[in-house]
Amino acid sequence: MPFVPHTETDERAMLEAIGVTSIEALFDEIPAQLRNGQLVETPSGLSEMSMLRLMSERANQDVIGLSFLGGGAYDHHIPSAVWDLASRGEFLTAYTPYQAEASQGTLQLIYEFQTMMCRLTAMDVSNASVYDGATAMAEAILMAVRANKKSKSKRLLCAGNIHPHYLEACRSIVSNQNIELEVIPYRDDTGTLDLDYLETRHGEDFAAMVVGYPNFFGGLEDLDHVTDWAHGGGMLLVGVVNPMALGILSPPGEWGETGADIVVGEAQPFGIPIASGGPYLGYMCCKKAIVRQMPGRIIGRTIDLDGREGFALTLQAREQHIRRAKATSNICTNQGLLVTAASIYLSLLGDRGIYAVASRSHANTIALVDKLTAIPGVRLRFDGPVFHEAVVQLPAPAQTILHKVAEAGILGGYDLGLVDEGLSDCMLCCATETKTDEDLSALATALSQAIGAHSADI
Amino acid sequence: MLIFEIGSDGRNATAQFEEPADVNDIPTHHLRQGAAGLPEVSELQVVRHFTNLSKKNFSIDGQFYPLGSCTMKYNPRGAHRAASLPGFLNRHPLAPERFSQGFMACLYELQEYLKDVTGMQAVSLTPMAGAQGEFAGVAMIKAYHDSQADIVRSEILIPSAAHGTNPATAVMCGYTVREISVTNEGDVDIEELKLAVGPQTAGLMMTNPSTCGVFDRRIQEIADIVHGAGGLLYYDGANLNAILGKVKPGDMGFDVLHMNLHKTFATPHGGGGPGSGPVGVNDKLSPFVPTPVVGQRDDGSYFWSDRDQLPLSIGRLSTFMGNAGILLRAYAYARLLGREGMNRVGEYATLNANYMATRLEQAGFQLAYPDRRATHEFIVTLAKEAKELGVNAMDFAKRLLDYGYHAPTTYFPLLIAECLLIEPTETESREEIDGFVNAMISILEEAHRTPEILKAAPHTMPVKRLDDVKAARDLDLAFKGDAN
Repeated sequence: MPFVPHTETDERAMLEAIGVTSIEALFDEIPAQLRNGQLVETPSGLSEMSMLRLMSERANQDVIGLSFLGGGAYDHHIPSAVWDLASRGEFLTAYTPYQAEASQGTLQLIYEFQTMMCRLTAMDVSNASVYDGATAMAEAILMAVRANKKSKSKRLLCAGNIHPHYLEACRSIVSNQNIELEVIPYRDDTGTLDLDYLETRHGEDFAAMVVGYPNFFGGLEDLDHVTDWAHGGGMLLVGVVNPMALGILSPPGEWGETGADIVVGEAQPFGIPIASGGPYLGYMCCKKAIVRQMPGRIIGRTIDLDGREGFALTLQAREQHIRRAKATSNICTNQGLLVTAASIYLSLLGDRGIYAVASRSHANTIALVDKLTAIPGVRLRFDGPVFHEAVVQLPAPAQTILHKVAEAGILGGYDLGLVDEGLSDCMLCCATETKTDEDLSALATALSQAIGAHSADI
Repeated sequence: MLIFEIGSDGRNATAQFEEPADVNDIPTHHLRQGAAGLPEVSELQVVRHFTNLSKKNFSIDGQFYPLGSCTMKYNPRGAHRAASLPGFLNRHPLAPERFSQGFMACLYELQEYLKDVTGMQAVSLTPMAGAQGEFAGVAMIKAYHDSQADIVRSEILIPSAAHGTNPATAVMCGYTVREISVTNEGDVDIEELKLAVGPQTAGLMMTNPSTCGVFDRRIQEIADIVHGAGGLLYYDGANLNAILGKVKPGDMGFDVLHMNLHKTFATPHGGGGPGSGPVGVNDKLSPFVPTPVVGQRDDGSYFWSDRDQLPLSIGRLSTFMGNAGILLRAYAYARLLGREGMNRVGEYATLNANYMATRLEQAGFQLAYPDRRATHEFIVTLAKEAKELGVNAMDFAKRLLDYGYHAPTTYFPLLIAECLLIEPTETESREEIDGFVNAMISILEEAHRTPEILKAAPHTMPVKRLDDVKAARDLDLAFKGDAN
């Protein structure tokens, strides 16, 4: 029996010890009319060999030659050691470190992760992860409403150029608590926040302001100004930040006069495969003053009975298993294994490595934009600096052109018409450090041909 | 040693990145002014550091891990390998549907299997853990009542033995929580429930078998009472392993549920996650399921069913499609077991728990519910030992670590004093269970003879008991020393 080790002898001996004659008798407290839970629609079992063959066929169906998709999931090189180590059974098959003495490996690793995230973001405190970038933003919104003692408002200002899926998920999650997200429009020429609009909301009571860095279009906001503006209005500043960008860009803890208050985002770029969107790694950092409003696990360094250094779950009075209805969040299971992968990744890269990956991703994207905008009719949609994504405007609907480009085995970018009708002739492109000059040229060639073919069609 | 303490200025795992590029087109005020202070270590140092850290962990692969309510069963390697196939790992979540049919076929079929498992009419796979599944479920209950213009329902009923996630979830959905007592036989107090329901009742959240390790025999009556008051019934699938192939929650009268795939479908727990918490609903709630869901066209191809197809959905709960890789592992597990294998899961999980409970009781341990049949888990209470010998459940738990066993869940459910909640799972052999029972017997003897051994346990772990008070008082949550 797959994964059930009992022999007939075992089964007989065990039933005898219990004092029943059949396994069925062990279900005698369940009302008889409910005892018909046998699966009927599900197919019969397969051997591992047959299952792997089936799934290999399925996996191979989805293989594509070259992809310039980004939009919240980024294809970086993953050092071989990352998953070799993270897949060790001692990491893979442990659970939440409730028994600290038998979980020092996981606990120390999370403490090291917390340290790395604090250093990258220049924040005081990090938690041990939440699910993904979108839910990290939702938790940050809930946390900001609790933490801002100066504001009575359950309204927040939220950047309109943040990832649309993030915004949608946040609305799903926070709306039941009557928290409202008011969207700040972005400028048509730069794709960055409309600072003039902000002035029209001056003096209103908002719990916090939420901004993306980079924004969904890859662009960089003037966060020094925005942070100080939010603080001047009594708001907390929540940064939704791609942590890979912090290899070259200024850390949120140093924005404006006093820095961001809560920093969250998607740490998938740190050694986690793009893998259809998950499991990924939502991270959360904050200032020390509001740590007691932080959701999720937090690890602290302490000592044992002999005075030796050790690590333990701490500040558990915030969590659902202690505080129940008064907890800061309902989160229990988090993304532990991805914390492991990210910690190994960041250890392998170090400061020089993350600078190298971030700077090369930036340079590759700029080089890609140069190649694409050399094609007649193709231009950069927004002005201003970007990290490693850019919006490219095409002379025809992006959907049509991308479809033709895909025939060459290339996913050229994300059709922005899917999220904004006004951008239906635009695509969002990303070229990380994994792309070579030949890759960039391949897209330029395919795009040029697709545009040519489209013109010929009409 | 921390990874930060073993490095040296200028050392790096240099094979892992290429030379940096110039960044000359971003204005200076956007740029980082100094290095962050990440570790500076060689590749071998990284490998050795994390290998050695891993050795300080107990895990299913290394130890029997009977953590009650967590279903720590064997995680088949084949499922891990299947989900790690390059075609799955490299598929971008925003890839067009026509380059996603293989992945979507797996998800669509998993949806169908989970309907079969639960007796529900619709399934959405997107919630990323049990707690998010709970959130989705309660949010759907709210959306349903709102759609009926039934806006006075403000309260969720929750038995006192419930997981802490239940009340925390109800509050996240904007409800108040009212606890219902559990009788001394471990069932929901029906009389109290009858008095508690009313026009304010949005629903009842419940686990069955409950966290008391018993099956609530009057579940249909409970369902009738809650439905009679206009409320809906939420099934917390944390204990679904107990009844897999035996009882379907839909038949018990539940309207909505979540499943913990990292428990029932054997995906690894990863040192705290990731999990996966798909939701299942009956027809009443199917318009509200979270998006996206995989649909199938007449020609057999698959499509993403999103807002356009599900306008009443409670919406998106993740950036993309939940913990997709965990869904693939669960799918592989379902294919390996098939219906025959899954029909056995509840049976052998129950056999193991009852065998273990019987042996422990015969050895002199007190069961919390001695007159009840154990389900896939059961509770031992050490209240007598605590009173007479001065050793408590925590001491037993810590001493078990010295014997090479991960401790059961301790001090949960809260209503049983000095309790151990023990869940062996179906993948453990009789020998392993006997070994654990024998360890418990030895520890009980020690408790009589040399209780100080228990009080000071564990003795063989990398550290002794930790100063939790200091950890919370002198907060040290990130290393402040030099990077090297």
